[in-house]
Amino acid sequence: MNRNPQLNASGELHHLLTLEGLPREHVVRILDTAESFVSIAEREVKKVPLLRGKSIFNLFFENSTRTRTTFEIAAKRLSADVINLNIGASSTSKGETVLDTIDNLCAMQADMFVVRHAQSGAAHMIAQHLNATSQTHVHVINAGDGRHQHPTQGLLDLFTIRHYKKDLTRLRVAIVGDVLHSRVARSLIHGLTTLGVPEVRVVGPKTLIPTGAANMGVQIHHDMRTGVRDCDVVVMLRLQNERMRGALLPSAGEFFKNYGLTEEKLALARSDAIVMHPGPMNRGVEIDSPVADGKHSVILPQVTFGIAVRMAVMGILGGVNA
Amino acid sequence: MSDRLPDAEELVRVLAEQMQGAIAHEARLVGIHSGGAWIAERLAGMLDGDHPVGSIDVSFYRDDYSRVGLKPTVKRTSLPFEIDGARLVLVDDVLYTGRSVRAALNELFDYGRPASVELAVLIDRGGRELPIEPTYCATRLAIVESGTFVLQRADDGTLTLAVEDAPARSER
Repeated sequence: MNRNPQLNASGELHHLLTLEGLPREHVVRILDTAESFVSIAEREVKKVPLLRGKSIFNLFFENSTRTRTTFEIAAKRLSADVINLNIGASSTSKGETVLDTIDNLCAMQADMFVVRHAQSGAAHMIAQHLNATSQTHVHVINAGDGRHQHPTQGLLDLFTIRHYKKDLTRLRVAIVGDVLHSRVARSLIHGLTTLGVPEVRVVGPKTLIPTGAANMGVQIHHDMRTGVRDCDVVVMLRLQNERMRGALLPSAGEFFKNYGLTEEKLALARSDAIVMHPGPMNRGVEIDSPVADGKHSVILPQVTFGIAVRMAVMGILGGVNA
Repeated sequence: MSDRLPDAEELVRVLAEQMQGAIAHEARLVGIHSGGAWIAERLAGMLDGDHPVGSIDVSFYRDDYSRVGLKPTVKRTSLPFEIDGARLVLVDDVLYTGRSVRAALNELFDYGRPASVELAVLIDRGGRELPIEPTYCATRLAIVESGTFVLQRADDGTLTLAVEDAPARSER
């Protein structure tokens, strides 16, 4: 079995599970390929025939309308057939295991699975199952697993940063808020490190910064003002209320006072700083409306780029044979 | 073999002479990446009149994707003019099976409905697998099936031809 289950025996990208340990050339290739897909959205026919005749299953064990929609649009722009399964409401509630569900869908000639699961490692487990059962023509994309990884979000963040800042080797990037529960933060940190961004900061209260953060090669700031000072990129994370267990925070209002991005705090960053947010935003909790709608915000372009990046990932994976 | 290769610069001049007066005065040139795009740029500078240049990367339209996957470097297709109603000349370096031209035609039609499309190539090496023929062609030149013509561009823009071992025939 491969040490890196994302790559096949020839070193090609076969599944996309995590940005941790994904070699730089694969990251760069995805971003470069996505550049060519951006322009397709501006054409009269917003479709290319690349994945015609392929069946892509969106397996969302955890709800996410936006991520599922962007994957669906990406697959349809590649001419694939897309089947959305709301797993929570079907087989698994009748007692079927995840891997039995996968085998059944493979028996329906699935070509690719896009997997979102509340459990860390779910997509990884499915990929290993496919590899171990010789169903190696089927590809898996991790669309978010628990607190672990959300690689396509990390890639679209990297794409956005590269689009606006060009040279990544001189940047200072701050990731602010609920880092503890954020798979977006984890994926982005790995990606930024891979592409050689020299200074990555995580900013948040002690209770929302994972204990091992320093081991990921990032600087830790508990004071927002020093945390965003002179930064080129400020990535705001969503305060994940639904993930909060126990009293990690006094209140949303208190959080906004200390860590909410206001125009006054943003003024401490570089004058040409960009503000990003993976969505959905909690206005008035982690980000103030004038900032979210302001000239530094690239939050909506992130969404548009996300489609191109997901097309690139699907396009590259779909052409890789076992 | 290489000493008998024609001079690419000379072939571009021959092609320009054929096209001069034959193409529509409002024709737009669309070069297929990468060789065709270089040639289209050069032709635009040599032909009388104003002939805007676009370039097209047919990677997303190739018929061998499911066998060989996506090329590692896909370039952005750039057609900075209206395709609807336009008179187009598709430009490529080497015409072989015709599959790249088929892919390019499909891509062009996703941008609009051109009034006409002609095809200009430096070299026709035979071996067609589709009913596609060039409108303008600088030379016809046979080559063993295991070889492939490669157009190269030096830093100063000079074009040269070389012969390399070909990947499998299906990849052309």
